[in-house]
Amino acid sequence: MSTLYQTFIGPFSEFEFMQRALAGVLALALGACPIGVFLMLRRMSLVGDAMAHAILPGAAVGFLVSGLNLFAMTAGGLIAGFVVALLTGLVARTTELKEDAALATFYLLSLAIGVTIISLQGANIDLLHILFGNVLALDDQTLLLIATNATITLIVLALIYRPLVIECVDPGFMRAVSRAGGPAHLAFLVLVVVNLVSGFHALGTLLAVGIMMLPAAIGRFWARDITLMIVIATASGLVAGYAGLLVSFHFGVASGPAVILIAGALYLASLLFGHVGGLVRQLFPGRHLEA
Amino acid sequence: MVTRRRLLAATALAALFVAAPARAQQRLNVVASFSILGDFVKNVGGDRVAVETLVGPNGNAHVYAPSPSDAKKAADAKLVFVNGLGFEGWLERLVKASGTKAPIVATTKGIKPRERAGDHGHDHDHGRADPHAWQSVANAKIYVANIRDALIAADPAGKDTYVANAAAYLAKLDALEREVREVIAKIPADRRRVITSHNAFGYFQDAYGLSFTAPQGVSTEAEASAKDVAAIITQIKKQKVAAVFLENVTDPRLVQQIARETGAKVGGALYSDALTDEKGNAPTYIDLIRHNLRQLAAALVS
Repeated sequence: MSTLYQTFIGPFSEFEFMQRALAGVLALALGACPIGVFLMLRRMSLVGDAMAHAILPGAAVGFLVSGLNLFAMTAGGLIAGFVVALLTGLVARTTELKEDAALATFYLLSLAIGVTIISLQGANIDLLHILFGNVLALDDQTLLLIATNATITLIVLALIYRPLVIECVDPGFMRAVSRAGGPAHLAFLVLVVVNLVSGFHALGTLLAVGIMMLPAAIGRFWARDITLMIVIATASGLVAGYAGLLVSFHFGVASGPAVILIAGALYLASLLFGHVGGLVRQLFPGRHLEA
Repeated sequence: MVTRRRLLAATALAALFVAAPARAQQRLNVVASFSILGDFVKNVGGDRVAVETLVGPNGNAHVYAPSPSDAKKAADAKLVFVNGLGFEGWLERLVKASGTKAPIVATTKGIKPRERAGDHGHDHDHGRADPHAWQSVANAKIYVANIRDALIAADPAGKDTYVANAAAYLAKLDALEREVREVIAKIPADRRRVITSHNAFGYFQDAYGLSFTAPQGVSTEAEASAKDVAAIITQIKKQKVAAVFLENVTDPRLVQQIARETGAKVGGALYSDALTDEKGNAPTYIDLIRHNLRQLAAALVS
């Protein structure tokens, strides 16, 4: 009994930094996982990755201007992300270039501008260290920011839920019955950026995409219904956050990657055994009929 | 045709005459791998030597990525000064890329290397030398002697200058070392325990009897895990560590979190691997050691 307690709860009751890390990853999962589900359903799974690259330079410039300042780095990341999202939308809607191509060009430009500014400024300061978030070092401000972002995300998602779902399922119908599709899409992109910036403080820009997309892919293997998919995605995000921190605590591996690797393990299990299109199900469809 | 050729020859000749005196006055081009080493070389070389530093102020030489202009600097140099002891992992690539013929001088030659600290559970660090030898002033004197000898070998005409400069600088370092010992003597024995985010002070620890521990390995490449952080917090509480210090190269957020959780005093930045720029607290090696000393004393004496 006491060993169970020491293994699963002790680390969090004994150390404040573990409590903070847990609160951080849980809040992050609450906001990012639903976003990930919509990204996946809209075939925009790689958009998260591209946006993360777009944000990186903004945050880096924020860091160069005012050091390790939460506000400056957040603002820089948000600005870079929004600019890329807006320009992408603009180009995709007004020219022949499709959205993916427009996004690719703008995020690469953002990345190049960022790297140029950094190289002009401080030569080779070890920026990556700063830009990799540290889930073990979340202070009150950062936690508050992540929690606020998660709250905003959930509220806005609730508001744009219907148009977003309809556009996922039948974009043609959406365009025929309502004009809400455009604004909803834009609001959604803003949420993507906001959650990536949140995630960047805790996990770093690149791993932040992991907590967004992996749970979504897990949800896809267990549910056909979008609501259930979001619930399962969020639940697996929460489990990965908790288990990842435990693994980092007991086995001494870096925390951010541990969280994502747990999510990856859950994904592999779902890929094999998932109810909806899991590989084992496909190989032995008979079992489904018996049950 | 003939006139043009004659003109060409005349121009070439003129260029030769102009170039010759310029070359006589030209200073010895040398390259130092990082800022602290650059400072040593400047002090010994004085006006006879033009020093280029590859990893500039505030840079992190552990994970530095050399640029083409660095390769050019190395190619133009008569001497390349490096720390050695595995500090500049990127150097081999740079030397290959530049095709430099310049001799590479390992300035830590003759210093007894210390094994990388193994008290923080990073097994991969065992058995390799700790490169941060300059953190002991006694070692700095060996660096200076090595640099002097290498400069004399490359530029025998300047021998007197180099010997005089080195002697003057060594005297300053002697005074500095006395200062360090005096200040540390004032710190009560039970408060001589310090945590810093980058384990670069092993030589300082051995030489002057302050104990440094870090939540991360000796190289900044390893990211600390929850296990490491928990271990360090437990250690601070158990051993009653008096102060934690930030540093100018690694993630300070982690150290702040540990300080929050343990109530240990947070000292200012300790500089380890790089000087600051002119406006900073540590534009030279002597300033760097003095600055660190002041920070340590402020947090520990009281």
